[in-house]
Amino acid sequence: MRKVAIVAAASRQEEKMLDTEVEMMIPLISEVKAKTGLDQTEIGFTCSGSSDFLAGQAFSFVMTLDAVGPVPPISESHVEMDGAWALYETWVKFQMGIIDTALVYSYGKPSPGSLQDVLSTQLDPYYVAPLWPDAHAVAGLQARTLLEQGIINVDQLADCAVRAGTVESREEYFSQPMLSDPLRKADCPTYADGGVAMILAAEGKAEELCEKPAWITGIDHRIDVHHFGVRDFTTVPSARIAAEKAGVHDGPIDIAELHAAYTTHDLLLRKEMGLPETPNHSQRSYPIKADTLMASGLLRIAEAARAIWEGDANRALAHATAGPLLQQNLICVLSGEDT
Amino acid sequence: MTDVNVPSSLDGVEPVQSVRTPIRMEYTFTPGVAAQTYLREFGNKKILGNVSPIDGAILVPPRGADPRHGALCEEFVEMPHTGHIGSYCVTNVPIPGRDLDLPYISAWIFLDGADVGFLNLVAECPPEECRIGMRVEAVWKPDEEIGMTAENILYWKPSGGPDIPFAEAGVRGWHARKQGETNA
Amino acid sequence: MESHERLSAPLVLEYPFTRTTGPVIGAFLTGLRERIVLGIKRKDGTVLVPPTEYDPATSEALTEMVEVEQTGEVITWTWVQEPRDQSPWDRPHALAMIKLDGADTPLLHAVLVDSPETLDTGTRVRIKWREETEGHIKDIEGFLPVESKND
Repeated sequence: MRKVAIVAAASRQEEKMLDTEVEMMIPLISEVKAKTGLDQTEIGFTCSGSSDFLAGQAFSFVMTLDAVGPVPPISESHVEMDGAWALYETWVKFQMGIIDTALVYSYGKPSPGSLQDVLSTQLDPYYVAPLWPDAHAVAGLQARTLLEQGIINVDQLADCAVRAGTVESREEYFSQPMLSDPLRKADCPTYADGGVAMILAAEGKAEELCEKPAWITGIDHRIDVHHFGVRDFTTVPSARIAAEKAGVHDGPIDIAELHAAYTTHDLLLRKEMGLPETPNHSQRSYPIKADTLMASGLLRIAEAARAIWEGDANRALAHATAGPLLQQNLICVLSGEDT
Repeated sequence: MTDVNVPSSLDGVEPVQSVRTPIRMEYTFTPGVAAQTYLREFGNKKILGNVSPIDGAILVPPRGADPRHGALCEEFVEMPHTGHIGSYCVTNVPIPGRDLDLPYISAWIFLDGADVGFLNLVAECPPEECRIGMRVEAVWKPDEEIGMTAENILYWKPSGGPDIPFAEAGVRGWHARKQGETNA
Repeated sequence: MESHERLSAPLVLEYPFTRTTGPVIGAFLTGLRERIVLGIKRKDGTVLVPPTEYDPATSEALTEMVEVEQTGEVITWTWVQEPRDQSPWDRPHALAMIKLDGADTPLLHAVLVDSPETLDTGTRVRIKWREETEGHIKDIEGFLPVESKND
């Protein structure tokens, strides 16, 4: 496996941005280019993740290339997914030996539209989407099963909410009314506009661009069935398998950045991946406090890389998810030392 | 595809072959930083362009970005309401949602001083007389109908005056100017 | 940038979508129009409701459709206090996974009760059909609790 590292990252999140997606991404993309001294002609491949439905415009991601400066023409790709999967596609291109450097970015602006409507349109178009269940309701269905089967209990939900900072105490948690019974507001995400950009480089190049490259030592993603009736709401096989394949437990995990927009997801993912329920090291940021559709997952990878660069972690796990009920999961393991 | 066996309770009934599942998504769209400035001034019948910080290219309408370089454009410049046609197309079929007399002419309008064009209608011009390099000027809506909207300019009409030579019309103008600078 | 009021404009995207259904989904929707519910048999004999053309776990083509009952059990549920604009329901309701008798997998639909206090996992429910059916998942107006298993 060819060694690839994240060598620079920049991100921004804000509740409601006035900037267009392009105006938002230009400073982030410029920042990572400046940090590495690369200009666009020296970047082998550019890949992004975003959602046209969220932007309310077909091919909106093409317009966002204005932030990249694709003149002369560049090698570029896009996924209609969280940027974590843009990073995966990029990593594959590295493995094929085609490139030595890459720019990966993703962004989302949920504030202008109805995010819940957008999320409902990803559901089964014949049997589920026409009933317009929102994301909180779908999470609520899973939450009840988890509680009633004793997989988790409400005190664990409360403690998770406190840890993530959506409430300050168990008392505050239990004083909240139900939002999507049995989930309360503190269990559910607050959405934010935002974006993230990063530069990746292969061994031999990464060391030139960054003092302490955050090496990708494991990466894998799996997807479960979309038929709600066939899913076991108490397990996340795709996360478990992706974690195994990414070699999560080949060494200690100093920090785990989970893309858990719900407290239930956090607890369930920890169980499935064999992570401690109460981590020694908190995440640097929590999607449940500021969830940017299409970027929250890539942002986990950026935060894990930052932990490596800042010396807070030697081995970090970043997780990204897509689809309802944690249907699809990507695990990326980053390491600071030469392993 | 293998035949599907359906219980006899559905014998003889007309099978469903399609289902309507409409979706509707509503957005409160806000133009970005540059576009807000542009639209406000457009509401004062002023046309703004962005100036590229990299090489001074004038980009109309302003999007706050120089897309060739991925650079923010924060400088604005006021543009004249005259220009020329960079390219054009004569359309003989109607488009849904618009009530245009046929045939109609759509064109890339390059304002005097601008380095990129934008799409708009050309009218008061027989299609056979329309040509690349033809000088045009803006025809605005009546003052009382002006707002902060792209709809302010109804169309562009021939303004008279010598054509811009083909080799310098449209985006060729930018390259011709750059060549001129190199040769100077 | 001065703090004027931000300019904004409504933008609406609408897609009419008429989806072709194929023989399996088509048969299920035909069934709904006729006020019956069909499932499809997987190779292991279990019945998938709602039915899909291929086994979601093994990807084998499935062809044997069977009728299931119109009563069943709530497997899990949540409460929807404010239905969204496009939701088929215009008042608070429960959203649930309901396993119909004869099926081995639950389907998603509403349980038409007035408050979350009146519903539990395990509650027995039965289909309430819409007055006019057309071959759509909404032909089921929702589910209502039944008094007992022998109702």
